[in-house]
Amino acid sequence: MTALPVSPAPAPSPAGEPLVDVRDLKVHFPIRRGVLIDRIAGYVYAVDGVSLQVRRGETYGLVGESGCGKTTFGRGLLRLVEPTGGSAMFDGTELRSLKGEQLRRMRRRMQMIFQDPLSSLDPRQSIDSILSEGLKAHDLYGSQETAGKKLRETLTAVGLPASALRKYPHEFSGGQRQRIGIARALILQPDLIVADEPVSALDVSVQAQVINLLDDLQVEFGLTYLVIAHDLAVVRHISDRVGVMYLGGLVEEASSDDLYADPLHPYTRALMSAVPVPDPEVEDARQQILLAGDLPSPANPPAGCRFHTRCPWKQETRCDTERPELRELTPGHRVACHWAEDVKAGKIRPHEVSVELVRPSGAGPGDGRVTETVAEVAGTLPPKS
Amino acid sequence: MALLDVRDLRVVFHRRGTEPFPAVDGVTFSVEPGQTIGLVGESGCGKSVTSLAIMGLLPKRGATVTGQVMFEDTDLLKLSDRQLRDRRGRDIGMIFQDPLSSLNPVIPIGLQVTEVLQRHRGLRGKAAKTEAEGLLKSVGIPDPNRRLGEYPHQLSGGMRQRALIAIALACRPRLLIADEPTTALDVTIQAQILALLRQLVEGTGTALIMITHDLGVVAGLCDQVNVLYAGKVVETADRHRLFGEPRHPYTHGLLGSVPRLDSPRGEPLAAISGSVNDNIPWTSGCAFAPRCSNAIDQCVEQTPALEDDGLRLLRCFNPVAPETAASQEVPA
Repeated sequence: MTALPVSPAPAPSPAGEPLVDVRDLKVHFPIRRGVLIDRIAGYVYAVDGVSLQVRRGETYGLVGESGCGKTTFGRGLLRLVEPTGGSAMFDGTELRSLKGEQLRRMRRRMQMIFQDPLSSLDPRQSIDSILSEGLKAHDLYGSQETAGKKLRETLTAVGLPASALRKYPHEFSGGQRQRIGIARALILQPDLIVADEPVSALDVSVQAQVINLLDDLQVEFGLTYLVIAHDLAVVRHISDRVGVMYLGGLVEEASSDDLYADPLHPYTRALMSAVPVPDPEVEDARQQILLAGDLPSPANPPAGCRFHTRCPWKQETRCDTERPELRELTPGHRVACHWAEDVKAGKIRPHEVSVELVRPSGAGPGDGRVTETVAEVAGTLPPKS
Repeated sequence: MALLDVRDLRVVFHRRGTEPFPAVDGVTFSVEPGQTIGLVGESGCGKSVTSLAIMGLLPKRGATVTGQVMFEDTDLLKLSDRQLRDRRGRDIGMIFQDPLSSLNPVIPIGLQVTEVLQRHRGLRGKAAKTEAEGLLKSVGIPDPNRRLGEYPHQLSGGMRQRALIAIALACRPRLLIADEPTTALDVTIQAQILALLRQLVEGTGTALIMITHDLGVVAGLCDQVNVLYAGKVVETADRHRLFGEPRHPYTHGLLGSVPRLDSPRGEPLAAISGSVNDNIPWTSGCAFAPRCSNAIDQCVEQTPALEDDGLRLLRCFNPVAPETAASQEVPA
């Protein structure tokens, strides 16, 4: 592979320094009601106070199930949706205070790879045009000749032939399209790439190719990744550190090996035990923690610990009243659970969670997309605070 | 005797202006009562088309289905539409991938469940309603009485899939075909649904055909696994044997390319090169040959046959040697 010409980057912060430093980020979407009078009936607490750091050169994996806010977090960080609270520092600059042109210039350094490679590529643009659009937007195009060279080098780096330049997205297979998506992000020589479900739309054999490619590119170009995915096995494979999200909050964060060897939060444990492993011996031997019910609605999240309604380790006190802070239990291993030590030591045994149906107040029919995810089953749902 | 015996099933799609496309190309397998059979493969390998062909759900125009699908003593492919309708839902139940698009959005769940009960079991009114309530309860839907009156959009994804399973089970079918039943669901919900299916097979002796691309799901659930590639079965074996010692380079490659939660980190995945677009037609050799790391000259000259060595069925001229397979190393 040929290396891209390295641009004179502004003195980079040394490796290991946080490149991204997010404090208490919040993204709340208003639920609007009314025809004539625009009234805000409540909020969907999609991301509700997430703090995390991504160090330069590392891969940070963010996992969680659908509706936990992981995608919104990624978009909020890049200000593709406007955060409603907290701060997001990128290489020493507060992203939330940037405006217009400043923000646009900063965007070159933080690129995104999307989940569905077909719908994120314009079907009427040739690959040449897709890749050079970013260069032109950031005044990096230069002459036809140098740009052409850059395009070809980038394509080689992602494993596509130079002949791809004249083709259109529909002429490629899913895996190749995702490579184009990666090339589009890569050509601007970003510091950070936010990859939102980069491989979940791909077949298993192609998925492995793309994962390996992301790995290689990171080594070659010294990229920093924030990978957002629901597949715990994929995230563990590519990430140095992993954060687990549940209903808008980070519940556990640890190095990828630690998280697997010693999951501390009850939700992580359940999640881990639910991932099928392609090995009959392991499958036959393992003990699953089956969670009762579904994710409660982020418009009406449970008070206290967000997970207490489904938690097999739930205790009488604190869980339903006090929201646990993320605290460091062992070096580098943060967990948001009041009883993490006791759960770890085995002092608290898991118990049955009764599946009981509660219709939360204020969530009648007609709530539209909110009712769809409204908590069905899960202990008792406290009234909206 | 096998409950369902699929012999040399072929489905060819015709489209004006293009060559006839064989989506399923001579698939043979059988299912015993109480057994779980897996059909595994990537998109486009013909696994879903196989299930649709068994159920007679393919369009009459544009698709030619040949071969035999023996359900006990009858060949399902020879039945008239009318006769088939009597069988579908009664003898054979089917669970589809996307529960939202397979439930009718403007009809309450209750009605969709009782419809089957009316059609096949002649239950009416109160009796049907009580039965439907029992069914929803049996698949783990809390407060079934209220759910009967609700519409699909009011249920969560996991609930909808449960409702769909309840409909499939309404007439206690002897065979259940599940086409990617958990693909649209989150892992914790997937675990709930798989536990439910497992319980069903063990508790009632229903035979299950599990169609999925997820090798992890297969590993824990299926007794026998058929790996499909480009419309043909390339390897069939008991799950312990298949996962412990995959012989076909495709099976071997698939297992190597899945990141595992319990494998050591930091090693690159052994990906299969290329994509299905590189396939050659089965008539001129092995469809997988262009992507295969074990390919030899013979592979592009002759079509390999599915051979039985007593332990497994294998369609390959140059299979992965057992010892390499065991040590999980892939030749470059």
